[in-house]
Amino acid sequence: MKLSLNPNAPDRRLLDESRRTRAMTWIMAIMVFLTVLAGALGLGMFAATAQLDRQLAGRLTIQIVEPDAAVRDSQVKALRTALPRVAGVTRVAEVDRERLAELLKPWLGDTGLDPDLPMPAMIDVETRGGNGAVVEQTARAIAPGARIDRHAQWLSPVRGFMTTMSWLAVGLMLLIASATAAVVLLAARSGLDTHRDTIDVLHMLGSTDVQIARLFQRRIAFDTLLGGLLGTVAALGLVWFLQSRMALVGSEMLSGVALQQRDWFLLLLVPLGFALLATFAARRTVLRALGRTL
Amino acid sequence: MASIVQFENVGLRYGSGDETLSDISFSLNTGAFYFLTGPSGAGKTSLLKLLYLAQRATRGTVRIFGEDAGALPRTRLPGFRRRIGVVFQDFRLVPHLSAYDNIALPLRVAGVSESDIEAPVREMLAWVGLTDRGRAKPPTLSGGEQQRIAIARAVIGRPELLVADEPTGNVDPDMAERLLHLFDSLNRLGTTVVVATHDFHLLNRIPNAHMMRLEKGRLNDPTGALRNPPRGAA
Repeated sequence: MKLSLNPNAPDRRLLDESRRTRAMTWIMAIMVFLTVLAGALGLGMFAATAQLDRQLAGRLTIQIVEPDAAVRDSQVKALRTALPRVAGVTRVAEVDRERLAELLKPWLGDTGLDPDLPMPAMIDVETRGGNGAVVEQTARAIAPGARIDRHAQWLSPVRGFMTTMSWLAVGLMLLIASATAAVVLLAARSGLDTHRDTIDVLHMLGSTDVQIARLFQRRIAFDTLLGGLLGTVAALGLVWFLQSRMALVGSEMLSGVALQQRDWFLLLLVPLGFALLATFAARRTVLRALGRTL
Repeated sequence: MASIVQFENVGLRYGSGDETLSDISFSLNTGAFYFLTGPSGAGKTSLLKLLYLAQRATRGTVRIFGEDAGALPRTRLPGFRRRIGVVFQDFRLVPHLSAYDNIALPLRVAGVSESDIEAPVREMLAWVGLTDRGRAKPPTLSGGEQQRIAIARAVIGRPELLVADEPTGNVDPDMAERLLHLFDSLNRLGTTVVVATHDFHLLNRIPNAHMMRLEKGRLNDPTGALRNPPRGAA
């Protein structure tokens, strides 16, 4: 039997197409829809985690808590001179005092603007390659009382959550893929029962198990591919919609969740992957079932 | 004359019940015509199943085309089955395929290209007198027409052995005689034919036919044609 993609090819007529149900196509559409969503979540979270790592690993804030304003200012000046010379430091910026007072206003009220009230000076430092230890050492040499906040440290629970979500998405994808294989297995067995008479005739005429398995695997692959494309289009549409809504929020962290071109391409491969999985599962199921007959 | 099939002390048992066939020994000569008769339940269908490799013997040796069928691995069975044509009382046509496609099935299974299929299928349709019914689906055909399609399907691959299980059971006497004529003409072309029937009127229609009679799973030999020792070619 020669296998053809032509819907009117003789081999396509061997299994009664009029008796097929569309259930398989819709089940696959739902499976792939969920998988693509899980995949988008996973890819988005991995990307956001990577961005968080890039941005926070080398970012720290030096707080100079010094009651004497003159000492504080001289330490700030010395730090602003010394820190840019440290290898790997890409940016040193003092947080604007007025901005700081503005941030403290909800807690301190208008007194926060009193020049007699000692306010800490804050210097944001960004380093490349996470060279925070040298920065910390330099800062302590100049301002022994300085408090140093590594951003990665206080955002580590967020990072942990994002990593968990990423692996959860991977787990969901594997779970759905397993469920898909189980659905294909049931569909193939049901197909074998439905077409038992035709299969008996084909066997009697000298069909090999592989020839018969091909009829099923191709049919299930087509159903999966069709359903998969529907599910992928729906899921990608939803992801695109959510991404455009996230862009409106303007959050730096959420922007990291946005999918890149490579991610969209990977998600487009999901229906193909499922079609291959379904083909393999159908072939294996049919061959094993036929292997038990003579 | 060489034998195409040899049975040596063959027994067949389904599950743990009594033997359906017991101590069956015979050989079929290449190019000969055989009737297999016997009452219902005598084991005719079981014996035919052994012939067309739908069943393996529980004991004894079945040799087909010179090879021990019991020792054949599954992977070699399709090749052997393509050398055997089978006709059933209930036709076993694929109902959603046209008469043309049903007849073409063995050629497609064998991987013959579509361009090489049409001529032999048309020839077969003409041979069974159904030239104008090629596009008809089996449910729209009469019993006799369906059986002729089944015969055309069984012989299109020019089988060396044709096995027919009660092929005239569902057709009227005139059609039965026509079908038998088809088997006879095929036999004249060199195919070994085995027809299981309990229709005694048909037995005399083929003068040179040998007759095997099964009773309670054991083989009798009313014509003496099978008297040769199983191992020797007749």
